Amino acid sequence: MSVQKTLNGNQTIAEAVRQIDPDVMAAYPITPSTAIVETIAQFKADGLISGEYVCPESEHSAMSVCIGAASAGGRVMTATASQGLALMWEMLYIAAGLRLPIVASIVNRALAAPISIHGDHSDTMGARDAGWIQIYSENCQEAYDNFIQAFRIGENLDVRTPVMVGLDGFIISHSMEVVKTEDDAAVKKFVGEYQSVYPLLDTSKTFTVGPIDFTDYYFEHKRNQMEGIENAPKVILDVGKEFGETFGREYGFFEEYRMDDAEICIIVMSSAAGTCKDAVDELRDAGINIGLLKPRVFRPFPHHEIAEALRGKKAVAVLDRCASPGAFGAPLFTEVRSALYDLEDRPKIVNYVYGLGGRDIQIEHFKDVAKKLARIAETGKVEEIYGYINLRE
Amino acid sequence: MKKETWKELTIGTINPNAGNSVQNHTGTWRSGTKPEFIEEHCIHCFFCWLYCPHFAVVIDGDKVKGFNYDYCTGCGLCAEECPTKEKSIIMVKENVQLAGGGEE
Repeated sequence: MSVQKTLNGNQTIAEAVRQIDPDVMAAYPITPSTAIVETIAQFKADGLISGEYVCPESEHSAMSVCIGAASAGGRVMTATASQGLALMWEMLYIAAGLRLPIVASIVNRALAAPISIHGDHSDTMGARDAGWIQIYSENCQEAYDNFIQAFRIGENLDVRTPVMVGLDGFIISHSMEVVKTEDDAAVKKFVGEYQSVYPLLDTSKTFTVGPIDFTDYYFEHKRNQMEGIENAPKVILDVGKEFGETFGREYGFFEEYRMDDAEICIIVMSSAAGTCKDAVDELRDAGINIGLLKPRVFRPFPHHEIAEALRGKKAVAVLDRCASPGAFGAPLFTEVRSALYDLEDRPKIVNYVYGLGGRDIQIEHFKDVAKKLARIAETGKVEEIYGYINLRE
Repeated sequence: MKKETWKELTIGTINPNAGNSVQNHTGTWRSGTKPEFIEEHCIHCFFCWLYCPHFAVVIDGDKVKGFNYDYCTGCGLCAEECPTKEKSIIMVKENVQLAGGGEE
């Protein structure tokens, strides 16, 4: 039976960690994810978890500990944000290349310079090609649910790929919400026992982990690695469905909100999607046929499914909480635009960057976007393909 | 040696044949010179054996016996470090056919 608790985002992740009780938790505290690490340390001190908690000297070392522990055969997690994720960079690629199903809770925060402790998606978006599965959460409940599912997805024998679960810094990590948490036993049963296939601690088998490749093998190994994340879509859907059957909250690649008869559509991830739902409701009351598509899984990107969901729409605005300097649009936009290319009757599409460094986005801002979309739908013309929301111009 | 396709490889860069670097014949890297052992000058100090980066100096008990050219890259460290007054190892020219690394 589920219990309703008042928790903030960091506490929901820590609560899920306590219930799952991984073999090794290695993390270095960084704002705004510090409370996750602090709470895990407290759980360990209070004897509530049996796994090893390691606090190394940096995030680079934290991910290195995770890689070592996962290679040894353990179920492993970490938590970090922003500069911490940036410092993990080279180890992220190694975790993915070694196909170690590490789960990382990333509290999304802007990257310096200038220094900002507040939320945007620059950190995880920068890591989008590191080979990790990426799942983003709208609120504390989704952060809890996604984090639990991440273990099942990453550890699946066809996938065996690390997973990062994003939740927005402060907006989610530090905001109290009523969260349904499940029974310890039910969560443990859902994630199941972890069985490593090549545990280094099993001395009855001899093998080498992480050898050097020359020009004659590197390419084949990288192609071999791709197979894991390419197998993930089916597993993500299966796990999301089973989660729904078990706990009553089902998950897919993305959420569609009032999309059925929508002519115009906003695509936005994470916490801003919650505000956008209110904006959609108010716009619908005013007679505007608008819908929201909220991507949950960014890697692997569900390009086919998103294209199908946008088929027949007149105008789409993709909102990115991240800029990609010099690129043709921000990361989510380039993915969606590319996904639409094969549709014969493509909707018009525009990109807005919003919320960098924690800048607020409110219902009025979504209404402004809707106004622009309605104009594009009416005229069939895009005047500005790229813009910024709530920026002093 | 037949090289695996990407589908045949073990996942996660795992190499299930631990110690198979012996199959990598670094001798194919030699490009024009190789060491020659002159036994009558040798004092069997083992410097060459100690400095060789590829374990290509062959020994038997307390005696140096020569080189395993399957692994000798011709770097010349052995000849450089050889301390005898008249060198026990000299680098000599050889005609080489270029071959891909790691081939058997």
